[in-house]
Formats: sequence, structure tokens, C-alpha cells
Amino acid sequence: MLRATVSKPDAAEGDILGDEAYIQLITPEGERVENPAFDPAVADIDKSKLADLYEDMVVIRRIDTEATALQRQGQLALWPPLLGQEASQIGSVRALRDDDYAVPSYRENGVAFIRGVSAEDLMRTWKGYAHGSWDPQLHNLAIPNVIIGAQTLHAVGYAMGIQRDGAKSASLAYFGDGATSQGDVNEALVFSAAYQAPVVFFCQNNHWAISEPVRLQAKRQIADRSPGFGVPSLRVDGNDVLAVLAATRVALERAYSGGGPTFIEAVTYRMGPHTTSDDPTKYRTSDEVAEWKTKDPITRVEKHLEKLGAFDEKLQSRVKAKADAVAAELRSKCIGMPKPGPLSMFENVQVEDNPVLERQRAQYAAYLEMFEGEE
Amino acid sequence: MAVVDFALPDLGEGLTESELVTWHVAEGDSVELNQILAEIETAKALVELPSPFAGKIKKLYHPEGTTVLVGAPLIAFEIDGGPDEPAAEDGGQKEERQSVLVGYGPPIDSDKKSTRRAKKGASAPAAAPAAASGSEPEVVAESPRSTPPVRKLARDLGLDLRTISGTGKNGLITREDVEAAFSGAPEHAPSAAPAAAAGLQVAAAPIPRGERETRTRIQGVRKFTAAAMVQSAFTAPHASEFLTIDVTPTMELIAELKGSRQFAGKRINLLTIVAKALCIAVQRNPSVNSRWDEAAQEIIQFNYVNLGIAAATPRGLMVPNIKDADSLDLAGLADALSALVETAKSGASSPAELSGGTISITNIGSFGIDAGTPILNTGEAMILALGAVRRQPWEFNGEIALRQVLTLSVSFDHRLVDGEQGSKFLADVGAILAKPAMLLAMI
Repeated sequence: MLRATVSKPDAAEGDILGDEAYIQLITPEGERVENPAFDPAVADIDKSKLADLYEDMVVIRRIDTEATALQRQGQLALWPPLLGQEASQIGSVRALRDDDYAVPSYRENGVAFIRGVSAEDLMRTWKGYAHGSWDPQLHNLAIPNVIIGAQTLHAVGYAMGIQRDGAKSASLAYFGDGATSQGDVNEALVFSAAYQAPVVFFCQNNHWAISEPVRLQAKRQIADRSPGFGVPSLRVDGNDVLAVLAATRVALERAYSGGGPTFIEAVTYRMGPHTTSDDPTKYRTSDEVAEWKTKDPITRVEKHLEKLGAFDEKLQSRVKAKADAVAAELRSKCIGMPKPGPLSMFENVQVEDNPVLERQRAQYAAYLEMFEGEE
Repeated sequence: MAVVDFALPDLGEGLTESELVTWHVAEGDSVELNQILAEIETAKALVELPSPFAGKIKKLYHPEGTTVLVGAPLIAFEIDGGPDEPAAEDGGQKEERQSVLVGYGPPIDSDKKSTRRAKKGASAPAAAPAAASGSEPEVVAESPRSTPPVRKLARDLGLDLRTISGTGKNGLITREDVEAAFSGAPEHAPSAAPAAAAGLQVAAAPIPRGERETRTRIQGVRKFTAAAMVQSAFTAPHASEFLTIDVTPTMELIAELKGSRQFAGKRINLLTIVAKALCIAVQRNPSVNSRWDEAAQEIIQFNYVNLGIAAATPRGLMVPNIKDADSLDLAGLADALSALVETAKSGASSPAELSGGTISITNIGSFGIDAGTPILNTGEAMILALGAVRRQPWEFNGEIALRQVLTLSVSFDHRLVDGEQGSKFLADVGAILAKPAMLLAMI
């Protein structure tokens, strides 16, 4: 099922941008589709574990809704909604081991939550209180990267470090469809292939690079880009948490076993705006959004669990209670967050003391002194 | 139940205002947390506003279709719970300085004064009236252009950058400018002159024993008085004149009026008569009651007299004014003056009373001073300083007699008032005081 490392020469095999040609294990109607190549990767996912994945998705959707509200209420400066991309984020992050290293863009707030980032740390950056607000080493998760695609280079570099350490872990870079048109992503692909680095390129093709539709920048499927670099790719239904989990596990397994990099295109859809500063109704039709709503990642798992007889009241109340608790914590931590002083920006620049930085800090402190009586 | 205001937040990045498109709730409605309250159109998007509280809508501050400034009150909620509710944070948030971090642009236009530098003068609203008739707050609006190290140097040297003109690019004040200003300025001159001229600044707190120097930060009313004085002194070319006259007839008139039924219970004194005389003299010499509008390249001739009275108040020098003083009769003027001074001394002068003056009187005589060269209240063309009345030998009816004598001092803006008009004005005031009956020949 892995694509060839050489791009197919003909585009005559159907709609290359069609969303159907991908790995799908659960249909939008909640039907389980058998797939001999990928079923083994998720053989351990029983009803109970699927319910856990369901809970994860509901919780991060709730985080997203709450954070969006907090921005509207003036409590966050900005928020990049993940609505619609829950399966891509949960399926991929739940495939990672603790010792794997994930390198997110700015939209992977669901990923960060699963990696154990606290509600407070999750909010701090978006409140404008810090450039990066969690300890990357603690969670094996880099801080959000706003530079489009730059984090793929970081992930490849980390993977090359893993090689040099002789470790058996991998790194995984999150980025979007728009980033694949950036130089950084292409350079990262070159290096990863050259070094056969244990890295997974996890591209969430959410169809919109802010207001640019994916079809404008890509004349072939995004998954067709990496084979040219010598990085095999997988194309997966990004709204199918089980398929995403399977594909990511397969890619990670390749990395652990010395197989080198893998590129995953998770075909999903950004249901909300690019950020809270964006109005998507200005550039896309409501029909398109409505169509994607029928492919909702959470609804299909609900339907599937129902068919399995596992979507009972107990599960529903458990999930609701968890989501409510997380949302309440998010809100209280966000509203009660202490404001850092300007000098806090010097705190996490370098691990060790550095005379140059210390001088800058002292000078800036002296400068701030000039504004005394202001606070 | 607590009532909490919710202010319109910046719904995008760096927005200053948004249009309220639709209310989804009405006053009296109960709402849940995150229930959609309204649709709001920003410059970037039409967004839904989720409720920050669970509670009851007490008040919707704006009708649909209104453009609301970011930070302006939008909704008042009645909510349960104490001050530890999110309420406090919401209300307080806008008051804090907004860091210029991702997503937060500059504060809204109407808040521009509270940007970093201006915020040092956080007492601006209270102190601005010291610029009294200036009314336009431009005196405090912008700090002069300079660099932080030079600002620090100026501060260390005790210099106000506003008193220094920059020679750098685009008027930038350089280190050399500050150093030149420091070496060129006699230590006591700039600070002492305005105070003496205004004649009203009360002494500072007593100096603690054993301390040879006391350093007090330049701030508050002192700071803005200084700025207003500097602006006036270095913008309007001042010319001063003096006239010493025998005011015995006026003092006799005052004594008579005090005993009259018409003025029973009224405070009538020399200032009352001088104020009236000034109004009459202004009618005969209108150019002294005008303003130089540099920006518009116009001379504004006031056809009314808003008479400013410099007053020493607990907050410092204030110049409240009597609106349309020229339309008041002597009794009315007496009432207005006592009310004005009382209000000023209690520190309760309203911004309206403190702005819009057209001409001023400073009564340095109340400190026993004879004469001085007052500095114009910013934006005015004439100020009259009233000296102390002294009994002294004076020519009277061809002989030397002990008479009640005082000196009138005036300063005028020589851009607007030539020596001729200034002199005639002063002579008119003097003539009325020397012989109140002369009024019959003047009106």
C-alpha cells in the first residue's frame, strides 16, 4: 500500500485530487472497512480503546470550542481552531510513544493536550504571555512553530540526532498542505531521504492554506510530492481516527526499524476559520463546508460504536464529564493566569548563563526602569 | 448578585472598533456561559460573541448597527458570586498596558493617550486643567521625539524634553541638545520665573532637617503647570507694562457698596471692581481678548469674555474662568467670583470651568506683592496682575497725601497685541480704578 518512491508518470488513473483514493477504515456512516494492509496495525484497538480515541477527540474539540469562546471574550489574543481535524491529531499523536518527539505547527493544540501539556501552558502562548509555553523535553513535544513548514527541518534534525544516539525512536513533524509548497519542507524531505532519518512527515491537508485552496498550489495529490525526493508516502482519510492511527503506526515502525522517512497526507478539512482573525465565508462556499460536515470525524466513531453496541449512556456521560472538566479548567486557568513581566522573555533563551544575554537583560531592565510609575 | 460590565474585546488582531450587527439576547434574559449573545462585524470577519458569564443580562449598552470601540462597555451582567469570578479580570484587562505581542495591536484611538510614554502622565486628566484656557490638551499629548538614552539623560539632569528643541533629524532631540540645554540654563531661572510670575504657587512641603537637598519627581500638576508655562513663554512673545495708580476712589466705592442694600451679603472687593473694569476695557480694546491659532493660521477674536482667575489651590495653580463675564453686572460678577474661587480652593473645579478662558487676572496683591511680569495663560493674549494696595504718599489735589495706591502689571502676546492696544487697555483699567465715575465716559 506504500506508494512507489518514483512518482507515477500518468495522471490518467482518475481524479488525482479526489478524496477517495485514501486509506479508510471507518466510513462516515460508521462502517468498518476491511483493509488487509493496515488492519494489523490497529488490531489491538477494541471497542474500549476506540471509545478512548473517541473521548480524546471530543475533549480536544471541546478545548477548541472553549478557547475560541475565550478569544471572543477577550481572554486570548488569538486561537487557531482545529475543528474538523480531531481524527488527524488524535490518530497521529496516539501512535507516538513517549520517547518519540513531535514537532508541531501552531494548530496542534489537541496534540499538545494529549502529550500532557497543562491547560495553563496550552493557553499561555495564545494569551500573548509567552512565545513558547511548555517544556519541550518534558513532553517530547516542541513548542508551536508559526513559521510555515520550518518545523519539518527541526524534526529531521532531531531524527538525525536520534540516529547518532543510536536510539530506536522517531520524530514526527506536523504541517499543512500549504507548507508543502515552502522551501523548508522540500529541504527537509531532501535531508531526510539523504540520511534515511527516522522521521514521519505528517501533513494535514485541510484543504485551505488560509484562503488558498489546495488545488491552486498542487496539481497532483500532496502525497505525490514526497516520492520524488525518495520519501514514500501514504494517503489517509484524515477524518478517520483509526486509519490515521494505523498509517502513523506503520510509518513509525518503518522509522524505528531503519526504514527511513515516511510522508503521510491526512486528508481532512478545517471546518473553522484559519484563526479567530479570519472569516472563511469570504473565500469558500457553505456547500463545501456542509459536505465535509457529513464526514465528521467524531460522528462516524459514534455511529460505529453504536453499531458495536458500545455507545451507551455510561460512555457518553463519562466523555461529557471529562470534556466539561477540561473546559472548566482551561477557562479558569486562562482567566486567572498571572501576567509575566517583560524581563521574563530572557528566562528560557539559553540553558546556561551567558554574559551577552545577561548584559542585554541588565540593559533592558535599566531601560524599563525609565518607565517607572507606569505599571 | 453582582453587576459586571463586559467590554468589547479585540475580536481580531489589533482592531480598534467593531460593528454590533445583531443582538441575540435582550435585557432581562438569562444566559448560559458561552451562549451566543451577538453577532459582531469586525474589519476582518463577522463573528459570534459567546457569553463570558452565566447570569442575567442587565443592560445592553448599544443598539444594533452601532460601531463600538474596543474596550467600551458592551453588556452589563448580573451574576452570582464574588469578585473572584472572571468578572474582575474582564473589567480590569483593558486597563492594563497591552503588551505588543502577537495578536495585540496598538490600543484603540481614543485610548492613544494611554500608550507607553503618555502613560507616565497618568494624572493627565486631572492635571490637564492646569493648562486651563488651553483647552486643547495638545500640551500633554505627545512627548518630543528622542531616544531612550537621551530621555534618561534629560531625566537625570532634571530637564523636561518639552522645553528643548531638537536639532536632529525631523526635530529629534539629541544628546547634544540636552547637554546644551543643561549648560545654558541657569539653575533657578526656568523654574522660578513662572512660579513667581503666576505668583500663586504655595511653598512645597517643609524640608526635613539635616537634608541639604530634596529631590522631588516632576509630576502631576507641577509638571503640567510647567509645561503650560513653557509653552506659553516660548510660543507667545511677551511684552509687559506697568501702571501705578491711586485707587482710593475705588476703595471708597467698595466701602459704600458694601453698605448698600444691593450688595448686602455679597463679597465685593477690589478684584470684583477690577474684573468689571477689565470687561469694560476689553470692549474698548478687543484685540487683547483674542487667540493666535498657529495651526489654522487664524486670529480668533472672542466677542465674549471668559475671565480666568488664577487661584492657588491644594492641587497647585488652577485658572478657572467665569463664562461670559462681560454679560454680568457687578453683583453677578461678585457672586460668580466668590463661587469660582471657593470651588477652585476646594479642588472641585470642573474641566468646563478650567477650559475655554479668553483673558486672565492674577491677584499677586493677595501675597503682598506690588508688580511682576506674569506669563500668559496658554492660548490667551492678555493677563493682568493685580498688585497689593498700599497706603503711601501720593500727589493729591496738588499736595502730598497718604493715598491707597496699587500697581497694575500686564503681559500680552505681542503677536496679537501691539504696544498701542496693550497700553490703551491698561490705561482704561487704570482710569476706571482711579476714578470709577470715568465709566460714564466709557460705556
